[in-house]
Amino acid sequence: MDAKLTSEQMQKPITTTDRRSDREVVVTRTFNAPARMIFDAWTKPEIIMKWWTPPSFGITFISCEVDVRAGGTYRFVMGHPAFDQPMAFHGKYLEVDPPKRLVWTNEEGEEGSVTTLTLEEKDGMTHLVLSDLYPSKAALDEAMASGSINGYPEQFNQLDTLL
Amino acid sequence: MVQFHQAPRIDVSFAALSDATRRGVLEQLGRTDASITELARRFDMTLTGMKKHVSVLEQAGLVTTAKVGRVRTCKLGGRGLEEEAAWIERYRQMWAARFEELDKVVEQLKQKEQSDGRKANE
Repeated sequence: MDAKLTSEQMQKPITTTDRRSDREVVVTRTFNAPARMIFDAWTKPEIIMKWWTPPSFGITFISCEVDVRAGGTYRFVMGHPAFDQPMAFHGKYLEVDPPKRLVWTNEEGEEGSVTTLTLEEKDGMTHLVLSDLYPSKAALDEAMASGSINGYPEQFNQLDTLL
Repeated sequence: MVQFHQAPRIDVSFAALSDATRRGVLEQLGRTDASITELARRFDMTLTGMKKHVSVLEQAGLVTTAKVGRVRTCKLGGRGLEEEAAWIERYRQMWAARFEELDKVVEQLKQKEQSDGRKANE
């Protein structure tokens, strides 16, 4: 991770995912930006709404409310043409330590994951690690079996057409 | 959609099996894979109705679906390694797509900071 990035890697940063344990999945990515900027992008609604739902997902934001402090809640409401009803993704912030660490729950279901975002800045670049820790192996297995990702039903994005 | 995660897996499975149409779908898929359109026709249902049934079976891990072109094919589910690998890959693609958008946002933020006359490290 500490190796110098070549210019090619800087142009095309790599997103990795890894099932780290029976109940944890981890995503990593490096950004050419200071940590405070990336942290803002995860915590300010007007910025979140710009990138959380890429056009390929077919989803649009209806509202995005956050109260970024330990114990504060968030609520993202989104719509998709295939669904009659909007869907709400919501939970609670457990830890807020700008610009390094943000931990929140995903409370769409009883067995939602706890997500931990850590940002490590070095030489103006920020290494992001996102961990989704499920309460049990069964919970992660079930998420995988259902095809949903972080509570997003498979139909909610068109990414599978790329496979 | 979201409410399916609220019940333990066993309840979800029983709920999925409690419906005669869904049991029929499982029986049918036991013989051969089928698209949602084919299943809808076979069970004389609307596409929307069949999608809901398949979704319930999918949430229960009894059926898996895969989209090829514009057709979504259903088959009896097995929660094997292949499925896990596919899920991890879709998970990666979801985040990779988001992060590409985030790169764009970051560039905008940087430009804004520059035009605001602020240095990035202040």
